[in-house]
Amino acid sequence: MIVETGHYALILALSLALIQSVLPLVGARIGDARMMETGRSTAVGGFLLLALSFTALVVAYGTSDFSVLNVFANSHSQQPLIYKLTATWGNHEGSMLLWVLILGFFGALVAAFGRDLPESLRANVLSVQAWITSAFLLFILTTSNPFTRLVPTPPEGQDLNPILQDIGLAIHPPLLYLGYVGFSIAFSFAVAALIDGRVDAAWARWVRPWTLAAWIFLTCGIAVGSYWAYYELGWGGWWFWDPVENASFMPWLSGTALLHSALVMEKRSALKIWTILLAILTFSLSLLGTFLVRSGVLTSVHAFATDPARGVFILAILCLFIGGSLALFALRASSLETGGLFAPISREGSLVLNNLFLTTAAATVLIGTLYPLFLDVLGGAKISVGAPFFNLTFGPLMVPLLFAVPFGPLLAWKRGDLLGAAQRLYAAAGAALLAVILVIAFTRGVAVLAALGIGLSAWLMVGSFVDLWERANFRRAGFRIGLSRLAGLPRSAFGTAIAHFGLGATLLGIVGASAFGTEVITTMKPGDTVAAGGYEIRFEGLSQRTGPNFTAEVGTFRLMRGNAESGTLESSRRLYTARQMPTTEAGIRTRLFSQLYLSLGDADANGGATVVRIWHKPLVTLIWLGALVMAGGGIVSLADRRLRIGAPARRRHGKAKPAGATA
Amino acid sequence: MLPSSGRLRRSPNGRASRVRRCLAMIGVGLLLASGAAAPVGMLAPQAAFAVNPDEVLADPALEARARALSAGLRCLVCQNQSIDDSNADLARDLRLLVRQRLAAGDTDEQVIAYLVDRYGDFVLLRPPLQWDTMLLWAAPAAILLAGVAAAWLATRRSGRREVERLDAAEEAALAKAVDGELR
Repeated sequence: MIVETGHYALILALSLALIQSVLPLVGARIGDARMMETGRSTAVGGFLLLALSFTALVVAYGTSDFSVLNVFANSHSQQPLIYKLTATWGNHEGSMLLWVLILGFFGALVAAFGRDLPESLRANVLSVQAWITSAFLLFILTTSNPFTRLVPTPPEGQDLNPILQDIGLAIHPPLLYLGYVGFSIAFSFAVAALIDGRVDAAWARWVRPWTLAAWIFLTCGIAVGSYWAYYELGWGGWWFWDPVENASFMPWLSGTALLHSALVMEKRSALKIWTILLAILTFSLSLLGTFLVRSGVLTSVHAFATDPARGVFILAILCLFIGGSLALFALRASSLETGGLFAPISREGSLVLNNLFLTTAAATVLIGTLYPLFLDVLGGAKISVGAPFFNLTFGPLMVPLLFAVPFGPLLAWKRGDLLGAAQRLYAAAGAALLAVILVIAFTRGVAVLAALGIGLSAWLMVGSFVDLWERANFRRAGFRIGLSRLAGLPRSAFGTAIAHFGLGATLLGIVGASAFGTEVITTMKPGDTVAAGGYEIRFEGLSQRTGPNFTAEVGTFRLMRGNAESGTLESSRRLYTARQMPTTEAGIRTRLFSQLYLSLGDADANGGATVVRIWHKPLVTLIWLGALVMAGGGIVSLADRRLRIGAPARRRHGKAKPAGATA
Repeated sequence: MLPSSGRLRRSPNGRASRVRRCLAMIGVGLLLASGAAAPVGMLAPQAAFAVNPDEVLADPALEARARALSAGLRCLVCQNQSIDDSNADLARDLRLLVRQRLAAGDTDEQVIAYLVDRYGDFVLLRPPLQWDTMLLWAAPAAILLAGVAAAWLATRRSGRREVERLDAAEEAALAKAVDGELR
């Protein structure tokens, strides 16, 4: 009954979305306030229905209702409750429902908090949002219904894929989707602006917080996913340039570019057309990511061709929205007013540079990800594009960008002083130089590149705070006045500094872990000792354990540091009984920012010996901590008064005639 | 030089468990690709018992070359994974093959040529530069240059607009109009 209610609510949500797709839009066209107003109620109502539908599915999972095909295929009665619940989105159908739920959530937010928006803009935005909702609801209802019943009811489910039974993967998809889908707001605003034929600084001021919020979620989502891959997959890699990772990374890159260009548009009403295009592209990349992951096209083009129902549907959605919005852009963009002149050396100029490199990087990842597919489809050779390609192309694109980061906030709007900015960065340059010298002096046989990498991250981390330091003017104004000045600075300035600092920290982690990491692969018998990463590690032996739905073989290791005991570390192999699938649970010891990572290989026949892989990864946690700091910078910036009140005070009443050309 | 067979060790239930594990892993790959939840890291198999101690060559220089080569070679039955990371049987065979060739005195290029000859370009994680990968390799630079050119054109255009605004004729017309207003 609950399940049918969920299904029914989903259908109702579709009908509401269809209404919302048309009425507000027509209302905005003919200037009918009541029709425009329907957008708000349908958006909120649609969201409530989606929430009801999603809750129904969660309940089915929570109660292990195996009469539902989806629950049967992805759950097991002995799973811990938390993984029973998170299994809701640990599968195709459920995660698509989550996708649409979040889409509805953002639509409802616009409806609820968009009171100060010009009515016609709000109406258009909600309609565009409803087009996306309708398309994906149709997709779910026709090809991926999570509420399909199974007769007769099986006594036991097939268990959730064991590697998804992990807290990291429980929170990763919702975070990622909040990011992915959050960009739909920027997209809807862009399309609405194109429909309306007008866009102004108020538009950017509205779009920026939404984009920022989506970006924060996406940043956290990617970081959580990366850390999960690191500890769960058992060989200590944290980024694989895997197509599915790339699918989430591309919107992040272009979303980051969008954040920066929207800044120019808000402050100086320049780069309008570009910002609109970027908003469209960012969400398009989100859609593309969804297509890549959901259609199965990545596994093999041929698998996609043999069971194309889902893939073709998403491909159709993809073409419709990307093609449609780009066509609209081509038609209307030229009519948008451009404004805000600036010299190449200026804050605007630096943000253009940022956009150039970030979009090129996104395009590089895109082409690298899709190229093998295209060649295959065109009947060409089968090739692989893997990590070595991306390291060779993506890396060089990032270096100049990272070098330029500290300059940006120091340049004035309109016309900046590059030399002056460079002079103010002396502390950062000194820190970078010191870091390079220290690295070369205190390590043996380290590549110069690694030392330069550390220098670059020091440059970034110190350079990020130069702007705040200068504006507080501690040196001349003294400590107390400086402090009060600092307190008076807008939060967005702090946000920028924190986020850029986080970027430097991530870079430091990447360089540290990849250039200074050490590895030991060996076979150990109980009582054997091995030295790794500054520890003496003694293997105590293997023991058997039983979890709720798995059995585990646990290796216990005693750690010694110098002559001091440093506790024990456990690392295990699990066998999940329902699927007879093994997983590894690495043993990890964190010391400041570095980690000792120990994972078990194959057990040996004689005397409880086992293959052991031990990595010492210096500074590795900074990779993810840096990402969290970046997200934190975003949150601080989001709390800025301007953005909170943010919304334009000007309110155009009622009859917003489609202003057309040069409004 | 080759890992001696005496040091080759098998897990208790031997080959069968390895095969099962590999199949399970491929199964995971398919399952994930076709629609599990989480995009990041999804296609990577869940456990990697990659390089085993018994495979390691005695000569550290040779072993280092083997590791470097392995990192650039694709495990053909896996999802976008190098043979260095994968524990599939095929990856193990390839790792041993690479070490065999190196031990036999092949250069890195010869080893790669040997593998490409057997398995095609598909085995290379870094695609070779040839006519059908030209676009791929040229793309980053081409896009960046196009972007720079577009930005430059845009500034020039906006620069011209600035000049137009200061146009003498317009200035005169403006002055006249303002004069007219004032008068």
